[in-house]
Amino acid sequence: MANRNLDAHVKRIGLQNKIATGILTCIVGFVLVLLAAIVVYILVQGAGKALSPGFLTNPSTDDVAPGILYQLFDSFYMLLITLVISVPISLGAAIFLVEYAPDNWITSAASTAIETLSSLPSIVVGMFGSLFFVVTLGWGISIIAGALALTMFNIPILVRTIQQALEDVPRSQHDAALAMGLTRWETTVNVMLPAAMPAIVTGIVISAGRVFGEAAALIFTSGSAAARLNFASTNLASPTNPFNIFRPAETLAVHIWKLKMEPTPGNDEIVWGTAAVLLVCVLLFNVLARVLGKFLARRLTAE
Amino acid sequence: MAKLMPKRSLENVGLTVTGLCIALVALVVVTLIVMVAQQGLATFLQDGVDFWSFISGGNWIPEDGRFGALPLIVGSFSVTLLSTVFALPVALGSAIFVVEVAPGFGRRVFQPLVELLVGIPSVVYGVLGLSVVNAAMRAIFGEAAGTGAGILSGAIVLAVMILPTVTTLSIDALDAVPNEYREGSYALGCTRWQTVWHVVLKSALPSLMTAVILGMTRAFGETLAVQMVIGGVERSMPTGLLDPAATLTTALTSGLSNATTGSVQYHALWSLGLLLLAMSLVFIAVIHLIGKKGAKKRG
Repeated sequence: MANRNLDAHVKRIGLQNKIATGILTCIVGFVLVLLAAIVVYILVQGAGKALSPGFLTNPSTDDVAPGILYQLFDSFYMLLITLVISVPISLGAAIFLVEYAPDNWITSAASTAIETLSSLPSIVVGMFGSLFFVVTLGWGISIIAGALALTMFNIPILVRTIQQALEDVPRSQHDAALAMGLTRWETTVNVMLPAAMPAIVTGIVISAGRVFGEAAALIFTSGSAAARLNFASTNLASPTNPFNIFRPAETLAVHIWKLKMEPTPGNDEIVWGTAAVLLVCVLLFNVLARVLGKFLARRLTAE
Repeated sequence: MAKLMPKRSLENVGLTVTGLCIALVALVVVTLIVMVAQQGLATFLQDGVDFWSFISGGNWIPEDGRFGALPLIVGSFSVTLLSTVFALPVALGSAIFVVEVAPGFGRRVFQPLVELLVGIPSVVYGVLGLSVVNAAMRAIFGEAAGTGAGILSGAIVLAVMILPTVTTLSIDALDAVPNEYREGSYALGCTRWQTVWHVVLKSALPSLMTAVILGMTRAFGETLAVQMVIGGVERSMPTGLLDPAATLTTALTSGLSNATTGSVQYHALWSLGLLLLAMSLVFIAVIHLIGKKGAKKRG
């Protein structure tokens, strides 16, 4: 009797196990199909427009074939400015937290500040930027205001990845350098940073992908007005000079947002085309991050 | 001795430079909090709007001077909770699969692919949701769905957006469970599912909760994608899941461009920002609390 019960029990839990594994496999299959569907759908919807003549090389004001040339330029330029500001600050902050941070309330307050920044909705960052950078500091709707808003959005992501990268360097390397009589600063610059560099670069490029697609923080800081650029301009203060950081700018993501909010005939095609271009850029950032990380790991760590 | 001095000053330079970086970040955060609080509280202190009626009022019509944020609060919470309910089983299932069932395929193929989803921009999800999810709502529910914009559509799009976050963090959580636990369970003759259900999930619970809350934080603060699929122009209480609604974030995006600096409308929008900020702080506090409890449990 007891044996029959045990047999039944074993059979039951065996069946449960099989069913559970089956369900888990279905879930994973579902996620993969979903992912593929999302990417393929956007690319199929947008490919026609994105590859049409002039789309990547015409300004959006072109009457015959409006394109996204200026938005494309503005997106990359904004990203560049953002990285130029956020990478050094994040690097410094991360090094401080890993290497120097005394175990006291100042350090924990600083970590909490970074945590707060990371959980803040990007629209709140944009709102803050629209008051502080645009109005209080008097920079107006400009690339620099947008880039600083993006910097606030990017810093917590970067600090965390750089911190992780530095902490993943074997403790023995760190201790050996200190034992040789190097200062903590020399240890960081000559031992820790080179060892952590592949992971840091990967982290920066991945964060670049996030920044590239961000729009909520930009609508009220760098604006959504289609820029008019003159690539022949040499006057840095001119509003049409592409490199003037005090001119308004519209990135690809903001462009999509604006077109979607002001629907006019023919807009939908441009929206899908822009979305496809944006998606391809972001996917390329991801691939680049992995390739670059592997390449640097081989070059720098002699493995 | 003379050679030691430069070393000391070098060390000081390093300390100062990196310390300044972190001080700068902290200063920016403090400035932000002070500014949001100042502008957000001005609604109540300066413009004399009653705080209680702000929180509990059922109509958000700023141009008429009616500042009832309750519909927005309800909108934000319902899309957040609903999207978490949708995303959690899928994320948890995927995480169990990756850690317990097929680690090879899971780590090398599945996880990198899921992480790609994080990178897809919010506006792109919005455009996609607008044309696919809203159309699906119309097809399924017919007349009742209206244009298809509503809380349910918002929650579905958000669920897809937070899926990678929750999945990745859940994978880390399950991964951190010591292997001895599993081996002990298997040695007692447990099946894999019994091991997962009774041992792994139980001991990973605190970290799993953290994963869920971080997902919710993201859903709560998400703006543009939600604005596109939820309607975002409603001003009164939503009555059902198919009803168009507005959230705290969407009210900000649609209102900020029309409000003049210093007006009551402008301050009221900052009050919404202040609510969002307060919620972020609550989420962080909960995560810290869970972390502390987990640490206490482990001894």
